[in-house]
Amino acid sequence: MKTITYGQAISEALREEMLRDDNVFILGEDMAVMGSVFGLTKGFLEEFGENRVIDTPISEAGFTAMAVGAALRGLRPVVEIMYVDFTPVCFDAIVNQAAKMRYMTGGQTSVPLVIRCPGGAGRRNAGQHSQSLEALFTHIPGLKVIAPSTPADMKGLLKAAIRDDDPVICIEHKLLYAAKGEVPEGEHLIPLGSAAVRRPGRDVTVIAWSRQVHSALEAAKTLAAEGIDAEVIDLRSLVPLDWETLASSVRKTHRAVIVHEAVKRGGYGGELAAQIGEDLFDSLDAPVKRVAGLNVVPPFSPALEDFIYPNPGDIAAAVRETLGR
Amino acid sequence: MKTKANQHGLETLLRFYREMQRVRQFDQKAAELFTQGRMAGNIHTCVGQEATAVGACQALEPTDFITATHRGHGHCLAKGGRAAIMMAELFGKATGYCKGKGGSMHIADLGLGILGANGIVGAGIPIAAGSALASKIKGGREVTLAFFGDGASNEGAFHEALNMASAWRLPVIFLCENNKYGVSVAIDRVTSIADIADRAKAYDIPGIVVDGNDVVAVFEAVSAAAARARAGEGPSLIEAKTYRHRGHYEGDPQIYKPADEVAAWKKRDPLILLQDAILALDPAAADKLAAVEDEIRREIEDAVRFAEESPYPGPAEVVSDVYAADNERSVAR
Ligand SMILES: Cc1ncc(C[n+]2csc(CCOP(=O)(O)OP(=O)(O)O)c2C)c(N)n1
Repeated sequence: MKTITYGQAISEALREEMLRDDNVFILGEDMAVMGSVFGLTKGFLEEFGENRVIDTPISEAGFTAMAVGAALRGLRPVVEIMYVDFTPVCFDAIVNQAAKMRYMTGGQTSVPLVIRCPGGAGRRNAGQHSQSLEALFTHIPGLKVIAPSTPADMKGLLKAAIRDDDPVICIEHKLLYAAKGEVPEGEHLIPLGSAAVRRPGRDVTVIAWSRQVHSALEAAKTLAAEGIDAEVIDLRSLVPLDWETLASSVRKTHRAVIVHEAVKRGGYGGELAAQIGEDLFDSLDAPVKRVAGLNVVPPFSPALEDFIYPNPGDIAAAVRETLGR
Repeated sequence: MKTKANQHGLETLLRFYREMQRVRQFDQKAAELFTQGRMAGNIHTCVGQEATAVGACQALEPTDFITATHRGHGHCLAKGGRAAIMMAELFGKATGYCKGKGGSMHIADLGLGILGANGIVGAGIPIAAGSALASKIKGGREVTLAFFGDGASNEGAFHEALNMASAWRLPVIFLCENNKYGVSVAIDRVTSIADIADRAKAYDIPGIVVDGNDVVAVFEAVSAAAARARAGEGPSLIEAKTYRHRGHYEGDPQIYKPADEVAAWKKRDPLILLQDAILALDPAAADKLAAVEDEIRREIEDAVRFAEESPYPGPAEVVSDVYAADNERSVAR
């Protein structure tokens, strides 16, 4: 094991996959000369050359669609969209082109494309730079969506995403780039669609992803001191979903609390709650609860921003409520 | 500037200078406060680009409209924005232009014709064209000017907006501030033409290149484009060649800029160019220039004091303004 940051994990995953497979190349704004605005691809231009590390113009619609075209020709592009908030600029490429190509060609082709984009709030960046938009992508058949919470998961999942034959959106939480964690040495892959049980427990299943996993773990610590034993599941891959891990946990605890930073209405938590209600109703001792972002635009003011997304106190309160305490 | 400036008279030039000082001092102060950690988020200053913001807005009437960019402090100040209310917004205070909800990148004052700065590159260009469409539909004589960067001119939104504005002869001015870089990427690495203004040919509208550090040149080009727009002759694309002296954002180490390039542009600082022109016209104006600087320094100090002393928005404000009439369940559930 070694300890690296979430940002370094992205760097390592990209570099290892580019070394392993000549078809992998990266493109996006400021990726080459600057080494990305978050410093993730420093030195890549020198190592891999300008055919494989491409500084694009500010033309998201164009270069994302070009990545689809290159993928159809057998390459494996990894696109960076500087913030997830800018993906709407290139939504056609993602939603109508990348996601549908395999199906509409009757399986003739695939689009092995990875789109990486930082998401999430917490940096006082206001409404157009702080959103959590994963639900938009989970709604589109043909796309896969990952949202890792630790350096090890980031590295293993991003490498698996690059090897995957389908388009994958990788949502990176910008507040996690500097977070450190242990990552196995050598080849490290995590299959898409495998959740992680971050903390085993008996009384309630708390389901989270991305940065909210850390809030959930903090809440679990508080709850443990009160004699409540929470199981925390890190979904890490939203599509495909590891239903088995999730369902067996709920069958054991009989209670579920879903936590995400994205706004509650239309969030992926609603989908999970519905699936739990449909399939596991008989196991439930309480209604499924959601703890999520407020249905508002992320505000700029530091005095307001911290109110919009869940904190460990909100999660602990929801768990107590589920347990009738 | 040697030739044209004197045609405008000392008073006009001093007015331009005053406005440029406001923009310069505001952004320098904002950068200083940000570096001291007294301000949250991030900011993009327009130090070095004051002549485009001021030259363009001085050519507009108070009833005209603009769309600004992520580097929009100068655009908003030049269109009449008050330093104190802008500074309060940068601090996230309730007294700011957007009640602290928008911050540096989203300043708007519809009453002043500022349709909004924007965090999405290129997004303001078709919005400006839409404002011009409204003028056409309503029969108004207002002109709308879109500020945007060289980088933004590579977004699809730019091309689509120019096409429609041209096809429908909308009263809009597309003003590209070509400061050579989009974050770290030099425009010539991602664009094959030397002048963005050449793209006007594809849409059959005038494409004009001006010295963006020469406030008079910008003023004249925008005045002509505004007259054309008001006469029903349609849009213009003006490219102002300029330079950003500071990083893309505060804290940007700017490894991508050659030192000699920076030095050459520093010599062409738009404030120094205008100062020289004023002194050439009237050597005795030095006192006046110094007085202007002092006056603006006090204005900016007052702005900072106002911003610092202003209250933050209360927690209840977090759920207001999502809709025109907020429905408790739609916001809270
Ligand atoms: C759609 C979109 N893509 C990318 C960004 C990130 N970004 C912010 S400013 C900027 C550079 C803009 O360059 P330019 O238009 O030349 O304006 P300048 O910063 O030089 O004033 C980029 C890439 C963004 N905000 N929106």
